Amino acid sequence: MHDLIVIGGGPAGLAAALSAWENGIRDIVIVERDKELGGILNQCIHNGFGLHYFKEELTGPEYASRFIDMLNDTSVKVKLDTMVLELTPDKELHIVSSASGYEILKAKAVILAMGCRERTRGAIGIPGTRPSGIFTAGAAQRYVNMEGYLVGKKVVILGSGDIGLIMARRLTLEGAEVLACVEIMPYPGGLTRNIVQCLQDFNIPLYLSHTITKIHGSPRVEGVTIAKVDGQRKPVPGTEQYLECDTVLLSVGLIPENELSRKAGIEIDRRTGGPVVYENLETSVEGIFACGNVVHVHDLVDYVTNESLKAGKSAAEYILNFNDPTGNSVSPEHSDISDIRLVNGVGVSYTVPQLIRIPKNLMVNSSLSISDPDIELSDQLQDVEVFFRVNRKFGRSRIGVSLAGNELARFRRERLAPGEMEKIRLPKSLLMKCLQLGLSEIEIYAVDEMTGQASADNANETKITAVSQDSARRIQIIRQDR
Amino acid sequence: MKKTYDVAIIGCGIVGAAMAYELSKYELDVVVVEKENDVCCGATKANSAIIHAGFDPLPGTLMAKLNVMGSRMAKEISQALDVPYKQIGSLVLAFDEDDLKTLDVLYERGLLNSVPGLRLLDRDEVLQMEPEISPNVAGALCAPTAGIINPWEYGIALAETAVRNGVELRLSSEVLSIGQDDENWRITTKSGDVHARYIVNAAGVNSDIIHNMTAEPSFSIRPSKGEYFLLDKSEGSRVKHVIFQCPSKTTKGVLVSPTVHGNLIVGPNAVPSERYDVSNTSDGLDYVRSAAMRSVPSISFRDNIRNFAGIRANSDNDDFIIGISAPRFLDLAGIKSPGLTAAPAIAVYAAELLQNEGLALSRKSDWIGTRKKVRFSELSVEEKNRLISENPAYGRVICRCETVTEGEIIDALHSPIPARSIDGVKRRTGSGMGRCQGGFCGPRILEIMSRELGIDPSEIIQDREGSYILTGQTKKERC
Repeated sequence: MHDLIVIGGGPAGLAAALSAWENGIRDIVIVERDKELGGILNQCIHNGFGLHYFKEELTGPEYASRFIDMLNDTSVKVKLDTMVLELTPDKELHIVSSASGYEILKAKAVILAMGCRERTRGAIGIPGTRPSGIFTAGAAQRYVNMEGYLVGKKVVILGSGDIGLIMARRLTLEGAEVLACVEIMPYPGGLTRNIVQCLQDFNIPLYLSHTITKIHGSPRVEGVTIAKVDGQRKPVPGTEQYLECDTVLLSVGLIPENELSRKAGIEIDRRTGGPVVYENLETSVEGIFACGNVVHVHDLVDYVTNESLKAGKSAAEYILNFNDPTGNSVSPEHSDISDIRLVNGVGVSYTVPQLIRIPKNLMVNSSLSISDPDIELSDQLQDVEVFFRVNRKFGRSRIGVSLAGNELARFRRERLAPGEMEKIRLPKSLLMKCLQLGLSEIEIYAVDEMTGQASADNANETKITAVSQDSARRIQIIRQDR
Repeated sequence: MKKTYDVAIIGCGIVGAAMAYELSKYELDVVVVEKENDVCCGATKANSAIIHAGFDPLPGTLMAKLNVMGSRMAKEISQALDVPYKQIGSLVLAFDEDDLKTLDVLYERGLLNSVPGLRLLDRDEVLQMEPEISPNVAGALCAPTAGIINPWEYGIALAETAVRNGVELRLSSEVLSIGQDDENWRITTKSGDVHARYIVNAAGVNSDIIHNMTAEPSFSIRPSKGEYFLLDKSEGSRVKHVIFQCPSKTTKGVLVSPTVHGNLIVGPNAVPSERYDVSNTSDGLDYVRSAAMRSVPSISFRDNIRNFAGIRANSDNDDFIIGISAPRFLDLAGIKSPGLTAAPAIAVYAAELLQNEGLALSRKSDWIGTRKKVRFSELSVEEKNRLISENPAYGRVICRCETVTEGEIIDALHSPIPARSIDGVKRRTGSGMGRCQGGFCGPRILEIMSRELGIDPSEIIQDREGSYILTGQTKKERC
């Protein structure tokens, strides 16, 4: 039996394995289906990676190689060109490779780091013919950057996800003509910096609130009809225009790859498409952790790295505890745990983590006595970073955190957009408060302070006083302007 | 010296393939000419993938007789030729009094057509068998002999078996004209002339055009398009049977069924169309979606992975058009639903007609009637390990969604009718059929094809001729 098996050798798996190593685990295996480590980073030859984590600008392969180099100094084993066919709830992995045939491995802990896949034409159901010349942006990226082949000469891109935007620039640089980027939503799907650097800098028009209503041509794409859409995302008759092109790229979203997780009985969050995770990135199956795009789709690899380092550390703690069941319990029995559920309120699509585990012994004697505010805030309780996305564009706004309808923390933002993942840090005092009040839900929502659009139940500042002047005052309000 | 074949079959869809398979049992020189670069590229690859029990056709018709016989044969042949087939049974749902009357009619028809095991179910029985069916259901007709099949693999298996038994296949050979040299037919195709004593017209949606090259016009094909959804395997167990709706005056209804791959198929509508127009329309798809929800309201269309459309070779005749229409010229035309089911029976019947027309049929002694394929994902652990130790390519998974290995892809490229396109590989192995629709495996299959076939990646095509994928190298011109 191995201590830890990491499924996937992309940025998430690399950082998770490294972190587990740094936290004392020595028997680690990474299983990677490709012929080399690095995952999708290998085809991301543009720069812009590592600004947060390494404080310098790297290309995708450079970013990956930093981690691969660090792993080379460890005894972490890597199984390349190896496919995981099945994962069982008791952490057995069925794997297959040319080199070793069909094997069954067992581990004390498993980290899921399988990443995501691209949404396809079928998922969005574009009418028309089914010719060649329709690529998901990532597949096109592989052909161009890894294989060295062009995919077309006149290109229309549907969707404004980051890979599509990056490919708009890449194809232009490679001599293709990118006619348009067509986005069904009234705002772009990708990062603002990519809109500027990949479209605007190359004079590629971005059609917001538009979609492709029909694909023409056979056996190869000959053109597309695009049209404006209304508020319900339905095409508006009379607004159609025909664009002659030989290629269509789809950048219409990413889906966490959780077929293995589902078969292992891991609870999946319909909102993220990824496993429901606790603050330590453990899934609903004990000892199986998850990180990176398999949990939720990130915009920046730097954030994937941070999340994966945390998952690696958590898995290491779990394994050390597993190895020494009589020792100090790092992860207490579930009966001693109180789960707090994070709820996405108005304006917020999802949160990660979805659950926060709090040892119940913190509650002992604390009841509602809060006169000794700092006693309970021991090392056992930590601030929790929460990641989420908003579901529409916001101007100057605040992110509110409420317990039973009372806003207890707020975070200012100059703007919010669905294309950019947001992060807040829930102070441990707030978690303590939640416990003391006997509540099991924390709601996170967004309020546009310019329009005042908010949930009716929340954001009522007068209510704060209603809970407890004393405790409300102690709740730290973090101002974290971008 | 020019070769004269005993029989030339025009068209290699399911009917042409079944004909070739049947004739390959006899001491005959047979050639199949096919317009496309692969077999089974028309209706055979785009249909409901159902083996019908046979209660639908009017008693006494060829359709009724050949359907019931074909249904039985499909089961045997798919076993012998290693074709995915499952006898899962079908339910025709009734939602009101009129529908219930229709069920009675279908039931009676089924008895007259000798369909085994038919049963009328009441509402509770239906809901017990299929809990996801709409509570508005009033009853159903159950036909336990109905099945599901992989239709293109069925066709490919029949054609491959024919080829292995000596039948010649000429792909990319569209028929341009048919004339006569002495006593024999001269078929002029895009790849040259073919001479034959007998012709079997199995040209599907073009069978009237072929007919009119040799005989007086006597029927016309009225192509009818049907559109479909194919949903992710996560929806594949939504129902356990083929779920039909009652045919009414205006529509034949939309079906919901598991596929042999474990997906869920939903469709079709029926709209008059051009011969080659297999495009999807938003109106058509909207119709199919809402009609299907009447039967199974819980279908999650957000898990759709592909839409497609197929063309039925409907004709102005209510029955199949099977007969000698000129000396030594046999029409197998207007083979609409249940054509997929009836195909092997049509071929047996057709062979009799050719014999009556003077074709001598004498059995081969060395005919090969079985086929075996490696389907890695279905093997036991021991078999997998044995296979990988013999050939490590079977240990490399290329298509992650459907678990298709490099070994299986190489097999497809060197099979009796080798795949020559990415979709040709897909039809033989299932690669790219899954939820990522070839996003991950497409580039790798292209690479394998380029290597195995010794051709440049830019020459690899997606499907039909002209469906190029790459337009050149990125750095070549400038370096």
